[in-house]
Amino acid sequence: MTGVDARGYTADEMMTVAASRRLGDGTVCFVGIGIPSQAANLARLTHAPDSVLIYESGTIGAKPEVLPLSIGDGELAEHADSVVSVPEIFNYWLQAGRVDVGFLGAAQIDRYGNLNTTVVGSYEQPKVRLPGAGGAPEIAASAKEVFIVLRQSKRAFVEKLAFVTSVGYAEGGDSRKNLGYTGGGPTVVITDLGVLEPDPESGELTLVALHPGSTVEEAKEATGWDLNVAGDLDTTEPPTQGELRVLRDLEERTAAARKEKVG
Amino acid sequence: MAEIMGLREAVSGLVGDGDTVALEGFTHLIPFAAAHEIIRQEKRDLTLVRMTPDLIYDQMIGMGTARKLIFSWGGNPGVGSLHRFRDAIERGWPHPLEIEEHSHAGMANRYVAGASNLPFAVLRGYVGTDLAKVTPTIAPITCPFTGEELTAVPALTPDVTMIHAQQADRKGNVALWGITGIQKEAALSARRVIVTVEEVVDEFEQHTFGIVLPSVAIDAVAVVARGAYPSYTHGYYGRDNAFYEAWDPIGRDREKFGEWMEKHVLGVEDFAEHLRSIQEQGAMR
Repeated sequence: MTGVDARGYTADEMMTVAASRRLGDGTVCFVGIGIPSQAANLARLTHAPDSVLIYESGTIGAKPEVLPLSIGDGELAEHADSVVSVPEIFNYWLQAGRVDVGFLGAAQIDRYGNLNTTVVGSYEQPKVRLPGAGGAPEIAASAKEVFIVLRQSKRAFVEKLAFVTSVGYAEGGDSRKNLGYTGGGPTVVITDLGVLEPDPESGELTLVALHPGSTVEEAKEATGWDLNVAGDLDTTEPPTQGELRVLRDLEERTAAARKEKVG
Repeated sequence: MAEIMGLREAVSGLVGDGDTVALEGFTHLIPFAAAHEIIRQEKRDLTLVRMTPDLIYDQMIGMGTARKLIFSWGGNPGVGSLHRFRDAIERGWPHPLEIEEHSHAGMANRYVAGASNLPFAVLRGYVGTDLAKVTPTIAPITCPFTGEELTAVPALTPDVTMIHAQQADRKGNVALWGITGIQKEAALSARRVIVTVEEVVDEFEQHTFGIVLPSVAIDAVAVVARGAYPSYTHGYYGRDNAFYEAWDPIGRDREKFGEWMEKHVLGVEDFAEHLRSIQEQGAMR
């Protein structure tokens, strides 16, 4: 992470900390790899020690010492409450409604919180072929609520997705409900600039808070659609020394473990 | 009943050109040795099935082994892109690759249907996504009891499934533990099953989160120590994260990739020699 400024933390650190604060203690959370995993583990190591982290490899109650590089690192099984098969994690846990929060990242998002992790350009002749769906479509479908975390830019916050991999509020209004999904959909999007929440009626993402130092203009400039801004805009509490220490320790341990040639 | 034999013999006897082949292992226990043997024997026109293609399919696709890929997530975990996979899809190199793309839940349920001898599986998902538009093996279905609209996906029934495990006993029963992913379903949905193992033991010990695949469900067991390297085998060796990172520049460049495969996969006798070869050359550093 670069760009520690006079405030003493980076925009990415603010994003991760803000995301982690959303995760309540005792929550059953289905965790995506990358920033979601970082934020979920920060929560577990600070205010949410009894959160139950689920990774799609089948680990339930994972307590990794270092952040996993992949979704199925041995680290995740080592201290887990249980390890089940992949069909079990998706069918008996996610689809059955046992997951409170799905924690996702994405390459692209639109105003209704729909996500693309498949292609940029056309599907048949992609400009950039991304990894694809993984577990995201069903996490977005069946988790009681979904947290999304990604950096805000015009490339990522687009008017129209190149590909809808995972559904948020579909085309807005009642359209998600009409698809028959049992999960509630995205309740918050946390970026490096601020926090967006869906309008309760239309489902359209609205800027509700800015991180310290960010401006509405910046947020609008980094959004590919005409961004709605709440009348009573909040300012995020900056990361505490405690949060930064735990996050940086976690990252240092992780970096050290990745350099090590294991086995 | 499983026969304990050499990996070369198992692959030449049980894998044919044009077969649908699943090599599974969800980050853990990825059967790299088995994949290398397929590459060395120059099997062609394979339909490769795997939830997370990973480096193992990057190598197979780059070497021209695959005609088609059925998958749900194709990346280098924690590092970035699979460049051979992308080159095949974006630019048709070394030849065009047909893809059939699902989500993890869809793939998992397809294996379950295959293992259950059912023609399809039912799940909640895909509705409203573009996957349902581009993938013909995703279709709506109405529950005959409640009238609820759900999604159907057809069974996966690979000609051959290959997995890696910790141990076999002398009868060819196979024990694996730790993250066991989709291996049981992948094995039981296949017509033929090849398992590579770290070692053969007289008797299994109890392991937390362990499963045993009975010998009757397996055709061939081959001993290949460190056969899942650079992925890991719980209780034996860790994942070589440095290899995954070092793969990025190799996989990115067609020529570098070709030279690397020539030297360390095609130019060696077996997986033990492959491991010596990359170690001696410091090839991954």
